[in-house]
Amino acid sequence: MNIWNAHFECMELSELRRIQTTRLQETMERVYFNVPYYRNKMQEAGLGPESLQHPEDLQKFPFTTKQDLRDNYPFSLFAVPISEIVRIHASSGTTGKPTVVGYTRRDIVTWSEVMARTLTSAGANRNDFIHVAYGYGLFTGGLGLHYGGEKIGASVIPVSGGNTKRQLQLMQDFGSTVLACTPTYALFLAEAIEENHIDRNTLKLHTGVFGAEPWTENMRREIEEKLRIRAIDIYGLSEIIGPGVASECIMQNGLHINEDHFYPEIIDPDTLEVLPEGKAGELVFTTITKEGLPLIRYRTRDLTRLTYGKCPCGRTLVRMEKCLGRSDDMLIIRGVNLFPSQIESILLEMSEIKPHYQLIADRINNLDTLELQVEVDEEFFQDKISQLQTLRQKIQNNLESTMGISIQVHLVEPKTLARSEGKSQRVIDKRKY
Amino acid sequence: MIIHQLSVFLENKAGRLTEVLDALGKENIRIKALSIADTSEFGILRMLVSDPEKARQTLKERSFTVNITEVISIMTPNEASYYAKALKILSDLEISIEYTYAFSVGEKSIVVMRCSNNELAIKALKDHEMELIRASDLYRI
Repeated sequence: MNIWNAHFECMELSELRRIQTTRLQETMERVYFNVPYYRNKMQEAGLGPESLQHPEDLQKFPFTTKQDLRDNYPFSLFAVPISEIVRIHASSGTTGKPTVVGYTRRDIVTWSEVMARTLTSAGANRNDFIHVAYGYGLFTGGLGLHYGGEKIGASVIPVSGGNTKRQLQLMQDFGSTVLACTPTYALFLAEAIEENHIDRNTLKLHTGVFGAEPWTENMRREIEEKLRIRAIDIYGLSEIIGPGVASECIMQNGLHINEDHFYPEIIDPDTLEVLPEGKAGELVFTTITKEGLPLIRYRTRDLTRLTYGKCPCGRTLVRMEKCLGRSDDMLIIRGVNLFPSQIESILLEMSEIKPHYQLIADRINNLDTLELQVEVDEEFFQDKISQLQTLRQKIQNNLESTMGISIQVHLVEPKTLARSEGKSQRVIDKRKY
Repeated sequence: MIIHQLSVFLENKAGRLTEVLDALGKENIRIKALSIADTSEFGILRMLVSDPEKARQTLKERSFTVNITEVISIMTPNEASYYAKALKILSDLEISIEYTYAFSVGEKSIVVMRCSNNELAIKALKDHEMELIRASDLYRI
C-alpha cells in the first residue's frame, strides 16, 4: 500500500499533537495580526494568540460561518496582501455574491500535497491516466484533482465536465485508468457506456475518486459493479482548501483527514459544544497551515463522526465517516451547493412574482434534477400565454445566471393546502441516498 | 361596448376545469362562451359569464388565479368573409389582435376579440358599421 507522505500520514499521535499545537498558534498569530475581523472578534472575547496553549484551548475561540465569508466579501478575510495571492476560487452564493477563497503560492503547494496524498491513498501512481471530469474554473474540483495528479507524476487528462460522448471517446482512446468526478456523474457515465454498447474490456479504468456531493454505500456498490472499479470517497470544501481535506484509503472505511493541515472538531450544532470522541455532530475545521485565507473553527454544516486510531493501511490520521447529512437546508445538485434562501432572494427581486415556491430535487437517470414551482401572482396575471412564458423563461434565466445551474421552472396555481397549514414545505428531496 | 371577460390560470391537471365549472354552477353563474389557450404545462381559461365580478370572487375564494380582462365582441352573419372584413379593418389601423374566439347562434356569429387597443378598435368597427354587442346583449342571445 503506497503512502505519499508517510512522515505525516503515519505520525505518532503525540508528535502530531505537538505539530498541530505549533501550527494552531502560528495561525492564531497570523489572523490576529493580519485580519481585522478576527482581531476584533478575539478581542471582544478577551482572547489573544497566546490564549491557545493546547489544541483543546481552541474551544474558547469563536466560530466562523459562511455568512462571515459573505459579510467580508470579497477579500477582507485574506491574511496576506493581494500581491501574495496567486489564485482565487469561488462558489455560488446568494444573488451574485459567491464565497471567495484565495491561495498563496505556498497554499497551492499545500493543496497539491494533500491531493497527492488523496490520489495515492486511492491507489493511483505515476503510471496512471487521471481523467478529471470535475468542472474546471471557479469550482475547486477540477484544478484540485489536476494539481494533485501532476504532483504524483500521473498523466492528467483535464476533460472537465459535460460532453459525455467526448468523455467516453477519450476514455477509450487515451486509456484513462482513474476517473475523477461526482458520484452521480460516474453513474451517468456508466449508463452511457452501456447505451453506447462500449465493451467494458476496452476500458482501462480501475479506480474512481468521487466527491463534492453526498452518496451512499448503495451508490458505491452500484458504481463499482457497473464500472468495475474501486470507488473512493473524497471530501473537501473550497473554504478549507477544496478537495483534499480528507479521503478514503483502499480500506474504504472512513476518510483520513489531513489533520496536519486541517484541525477537526465535532460539535453539537445546537449547543455548539464540542462533543466527545466518537459522537456524531457537525464537523468544524481550523486551517493550520493556510496563508491566504486561514479560517478559525469554520462550521462545515456536514454531519459526521470521527474515529481515532491506526488504520490497517498504516495511516494514523483521524478518520471521518462518510457524511451523514447536513445541519442546514443546503442542497447539493450535481456538485453545486445551493440554499433555498438563495432562490428565494432571486424570486424576491422579481416584481412579477411573490416568493411562493416549492423546490423539488430528484434523481432521474442518475442525474440530479431540480425543479422550481412558482405560483402565478394575481396582480401579474394578464391572461396572455406569451406573458407567462416570458415570465417562466425570465425566472429560469435569473436562476441560471446566479446559481450556475439549470433549474426547471414550472408555473403553478396557488396551493390552498400549504397556506392553511402555515409554513409550507419549501423543499422536497425525492433523491434516495 | 367593452365586455368583461373572466380569465383563469390553470395547471394542466385533471379535474381543474371541472372544479371551475362546478364552482360557477353552484353560484348560478351562467357561461355564455368559453375558450382555453394551452401550452404543455398550463392553460388559460377565458369565459364570458353572467356576473364576472361574482365569478371572480367565487373562484378567488377557491384559490384560483383569476383576472378580469376587457374584450370586445361583434355580431356578424354566419360567413367567414365578415369575420375577415372585421380583421382587415383592424389590421389596416395596425391594431393587433392578441386572441380571438367565436361561436355561432343560428344565422349569426359572435366574435370575441382582445385587441391591442380596444377603444380604437370599437371606433373603427363602428365607423365601418359593424354590429358591436354589449355585455347585456350577450346574455339575451
